[in-house]
Amino acid sequence: MSVIERPLLAVENLSKAFGARPAVRDVSFSLWPGEVLGIVGESGSGKSTLLNCLAGRMQVDAGRIVYDTAAGAPIDLVTAAESARRHLMRTEWGFVQQNPRDGLRMDFSAGANIGERLMAIGDRNYAQLRSTAESWLSAVEMPLRRIDDLPRTFSGGMQQRLQIARNLVTRPRLVLMDEPTGGLDVSVQARLLDLIRRLVQQFQVSAIVVTHDLGVARLLAHRLMVMKDGMVVEEGLTDQVLDDPQHEYTQLLVSSVLSA
Amino acid sequence: MTALLDGYNFAFLDEQTKRMIRRALLKAVAIPGYQVPFGSREMPLPYGWGTGGIQVTAAVIGLDDTLKVIDQGADDTTNAVSIRRFFQRMTGVRTTVKTREATLIQTRHRVPETPLREGQILIYQVPIPEPLRWLEPRETETRKMHALSEYGAMHVKLYEDISRHGQVSTAYDYPVLVNGRYLMRSSPIPKFDTPKIHMCAALQLFGAGREKRIFAVPPYTDVRPLDFEDHPFSVESWPTSCALCGSADSFLDEIVLDDQGGRMFVCSDTDYCADRRAAGHAGPATTPAEVTT
Repeated sequence: MSVIERPLLAVENLSKAFGARPAVRDVSFSLWPGEVLGIVGESGSGKSTLLNCLAGRMQVDAGRIVYDTAAGAPIDLVTAAESARRHLMRTEWGFVQQNPRDGLRMDFSAGANIGERLMAIGDRNYAQLRSTAESWLSAVEMPLRRIDDLPRTFSGGMQQRLQIARNLVTRPRLVLMDEPTGGLDVSVQARLLDLIRRLVQQFQVSAIVVTHDLGVARLLAHRLMVMKDGMVVEEGLTDQVLDDPQHEYTQLLVSSVLSA
Repeated sequence: MTALLDGYNFAFLDEQTKRMIRRALLKAVAIPGYQVPFGSREMPLPYGWGTGGIQVTAAVIGLDDTLKVIDQGADDTTNAVSIRRFFQRMTGVRTTVKTREATLIQTRHRVPETPLREGQILIYQVPIPEPLRWLEPRETETRKMHALSEYGAMHVKLYEDISRHGQVSTAYDYPVLVNGRYLMRSSPIPKFDTPKIHMCAALQLFGAGREKRIFAVPPYTDVRPLDFEDHPFSVESWPTSCALCGSADSFLDEIVLDDQGGRMFVCSDTDYCADRRAAGHAGPATTPAEVTT
């Protein structure tokens, strides 16, 4: 058994403010290979801002984001060249948006959506792109005959599955998910969660899942981070945090879940 | 011959403006395929009628030049005639319809069939200079994509063509990679003409008036169309040869003759066709009516 020496992602003292209003305050954490980290908290607690900072979609004010690349050379994404960062985003990282409309090309077929990242890194064989798209459609349990259909003809759940396929096609090592099951009805949510769990296990990807839904967090995340007012107030194994919350805000969060 | 108009500077634009455009042109030539912004001026005709090409022509034209203007390959169409007359009245330079005799050729839609030689300048009128525009509406983002040569996503459109139509259906304005670096729109020329840009002996200048961009392909520059390994780039072909000159290797226009399905195919390049006829070539005047499905 190999010993894991370095975290895949190490965030140190990350801060981000919008003008005078701090959104993320001094957040530090590590993500280990194969691990799924959940970030929970109410609206406005800074979890989406944190995710956007990690993905390089927002400039951070202070801190370091050290990512251990597949080549084995850790780089600090805050100071890295934009070209290197964007290349990582297309190859080793994935980003699943809450609204699939933001993460998909709505005017292009499902096949083109799945193939885009491959073409972006230099795949130039149509037949191969097509067969890869087919195998990914079946991996996310979508009918093959929909390969040439536009995403706008898909249901919300199918769009989300397509978005996941589009991200996983380059076998990323780290996937960031922003409320991946938001806006879906419960039965569709359950199927999607099942799928994500299976894929994450099958491809050994690490993931950071931002959600306000504690149920989603319990199902997907190995470890949980609770955020409030831009700060991490509690952190630990998912079951431990949810079953025995220490911080008063976490206690409030856990007790406000409605049980059917 | 139209008389030179008094009261205007040579070639309409003032000297400072021409100098500004020449600076942009120099930069464009130095970085093949890169879109250089320039201060496009109001011209005495609407955007979309060739204001970009006219400004570039005005900036490079001199008294010794011989100008040819074509529109859809023809020298006698409205746009070609009025632009040619504009420069006659504003410069008094010699004009011609002969590709071989011209030093400056302003064009819209076509590259002449007669191979261009060193010393000639081909000036394109460009409607939309940004090849990534359909992919990405944000100008800041497209500039970044150019800067980092992130062009892979361009193939998404080609993929979509093949999956919908069985082949790349982009028939004009075909995306090309210039000098292995910058992605460029080949202006609205048919893909038939795209290979002519590659390693062309003449200097090629592109002007987009409304979008205020100039770009260039210097002589003997590598220009490659994008394609897939298993769907290589190919050009149009026709079921027949030119009805007038019999040419089998030029771009043909289809002309409808009647409402019984009668039609004929003739060279789009009128000068090339006339040359061939003068040299004794002849086509079968009209082709029999054909029915396509």
